[in-house]
Amino acid sequence: MARLEVTLGATLMLASAALALVARGQQPIEPLAVTEVAAGVFVHTGGIALMTRDNAGDIANLGFVVGNDGVGVIDTGGSVREGQRLLAAIRARTAKPIRYVINTHMHPDHVFGNAAFENLGALFLGHRNLPRALAARGQFYLDNYRRLLGAQVMAGVKIIPPTQVVADEIKLDLGRRVLSLKAWEAAHTDNDLTVRDDESGVLFAGDLLFTRHVPVLDGSIVGWLAVMDDLARIPARLVVPGHGEVSEHWPAVLQAQRRYMENLRRDVRGLIARGVPLASAAQRAGQDEKDRWALFEEYNARNATAAFAELEWE
Amino acid sequence: MIRSIPCVARAGVIALAVAGWAGVAAAQGNAAAQPDPWPELASQVFKGRVLADGSALLAIEMPARAEDAAIVPVTVRATLPAGDARRVRAFTIVVDENPAPVAAIFRIGPRATVSSISTRVRVNSYTNVHAVAELSDGNLYMVQTYVKASGGCSAPASKNAEQADLGQLRFRQFARASAPGPMREAQIMIRHPNNSGLQMDQVSRLYTPAYFVETVKIWQGEELLLAVEGSIAISEDPNIRFSYAPSDTKPFRVEVTDTKNRVFKGEWPFQASGT
Repeated sequence: MARLEVTLGATLMLASAALALVARGQQPIEPLAVTEVAAGVFVHTGGIALMTRDNAGDIANLGFVVGNDGVGVIDTGGSVREGQRLLAAIRARTAKPIRYVINTHMHPDHVFGNAAFENLGALFLGHRNLPRALAARGQFYLDNYRRLLGAQVMAGVKIIPPTQVVADEIKLDLGRRVLSLKAWEAAHTDNDLTVRDDESGVLFAGDLLFTRHVPVLDGSIVGWLAVMDDLARIPARLVVPGHGEVSEHWPAVLQAQRRYMENLRRDVRGLIARGVPLASAAQRAGQDEKDRWALFEEYNARNATAAFAELEWE
Repeated sequence: MIRSIPCVARAGVIALAVAGWAGVAAAQGNAAAQPDPWPELASQVFKGRVLADGSALLAIEMPARAEDAAIVPVTVRATLPAGDARRVRAFTIVVDENPAPVAAIFRIGPRATVSSISTRVRVNSYTNVHAVAELSDGNLYMVQTYVKASGGCSAPASKNAEQADLGQLRFRQFARASAPGPMREAQIMIRHPNNSGLQMDQVSRLYTPAYFVETVKIWQGEELLLAVEGSIAISEDPNIRFSYAPSDTKPFRVEVTDTKNRVFKGEWPFQASGT
C-alpha cells in the first residue's frame, strides 16, 4: 500500500515537474544516481576527489529517508545544481513533502546544495555550532570556491544556516519512521552531526567516518578519537560515511580511520617532544599511512599541521 | 599599534565592501589577474621609505603551499654576513592579499640577540608574503616569498570555537641542540581565539567584532628580548618561537595584551638544559 502511494505520487509529481519545466523552457534536471540501501533509505555516493570544476563539487555522500508523512534529506552536495539533482532523485521516488534538510557539518561539499531545498517548507537542521561556523567561514568559502570551481558551478550557491539547531540529541518523525540526530563534541569539525534511521538501522556518520578517502582533520584529533569510541556504540546495520563506500561492517569499518589518527597523534606528539618545528613536523608525521589512503598528499600535511597546533597544548 | 596604520584602513574598506569585491574577483576569473597590491601597501606601511633588496641580509621561510589556511608557519631570519656590524631592530611580515595585510611587527630589544622568529599566520588566498627588516642604521631591507592557498575546505578560521582557557600562557625553552652554537630557542604560546573581525554573520549580515592579541612582550631579567605587535592575521592561539643568545640565567617574563584590554602575564625560571 505504502509502495503504491509512493509510485502514484511520484508519477504525478514527475508529470507536474515535467510540465513546469516545459512551461519555463528549461532543460530537465538529470536526477542524481542514488542507491536504495534499505527500504526507503537512499544514498548517493560522491567521488573520491577534491571539489573541482569537472566534478562540479560532487564528492560527498548524500542521502534521504522516506517516511509515511515526509522526507528527510541528509546533506545537499557541493553545488546548487547537485542539490537540484538530489531533489530530482527524490521526486522520482516520492511526492511526499521534504520535511527536514539536515547538514552533517559546515563543509562546502555538504552544504552548497542547500539553496535547492529553500522555499520547500523544510526545516534546516544542524549542530548547535553550525551557525557560528558558517558565519566565520561562509564568505571565505563562497569567495574561495568561486575561484576553484568557477562561476557556473557556483551559480546560486549561498550560505543557508540551520533554522533549528541540535544541542545534543533530537528525534525527527517522518511518519512511522524516526530519525535520531546527535550533535558531537569537536572531532572532524566542531559541528558534526550524525543521523540514524531507527527503523532500518542505517547510520549516516557524516564526515565522522572516512573510508578510502584520507580522513580530514578540521576540528580536534583528541576529540575525534574520543568520539569514535562513542560512535562505535551506536548500533547500526549499515553505515554511510561522509566519503567512501557504504559499509555493513560496523563498527569494524572505523578501524582504519582510528589507526590513521592514532599514528598521526603518536608521530606529532613525538615531534613536539623533540622540539621539531611545525613546518618540518607537518611533512614528517603520519607517513606510515601514505599508501593506505586516497588523497593522502592532498590532506596529510594539513592534518598534521592541525594536530600539531592542538597537541602542543597537551 | 598596527590597527592605526593606513593599510588597515584598506582592510576596513574591504570589510565594508566584501560582496562587491568578491564580485570583481569572480568577474576577473582569478585573483592573479588583479593588480599587485604591494607597491601601494609598501608605500603606506613604510611611509614611502626605500626598501632595498635584503636577500643577503635576511630570509623568509614559508611552505610553498598553505596546507591549512588557518595555520601557515612563517620564519624570518637575520643572515647578516660576518663583519656586518649592524643588527636587526625590527621585522615586519606582510601577507599582501590578506584583508589585513600587516600580520605582525617584531621589535627586537636594544641589547637582545634574537636572530630568528617563527610564528603562524592565516593566509586567505594565493599571495606574496613580504618580510621587511629595519637594521640598526635605519635602513629597510625586503625579501619575499609566494604562498599558494590551501585547497579543499580549509579556511582561515577557528577549528574548535568552544576552546576554553583564554589567556593561558606556556613558555618552552628548547634543548640546546635545537639551535647552533651559543644560541638557544624559546617559544611563547598564548591561548586566544585571535578572531578576525571580517567574518560576516550570514544571518545578520554584520561582521563579528575583531578580538585579537595586540602586543606580546618578552623579557629576560630586565632586558627586553622581543616586543610583538599582532593582528587578526596571526593564527588562533598565537605562537612565537625565537632564537636568542642567553646572556645570563635570569627568569623570563611575558606580558600579553589583547583588543579587549585584557592583560595576561607569566614568569618562568631560566632552564640551563631546556626540553
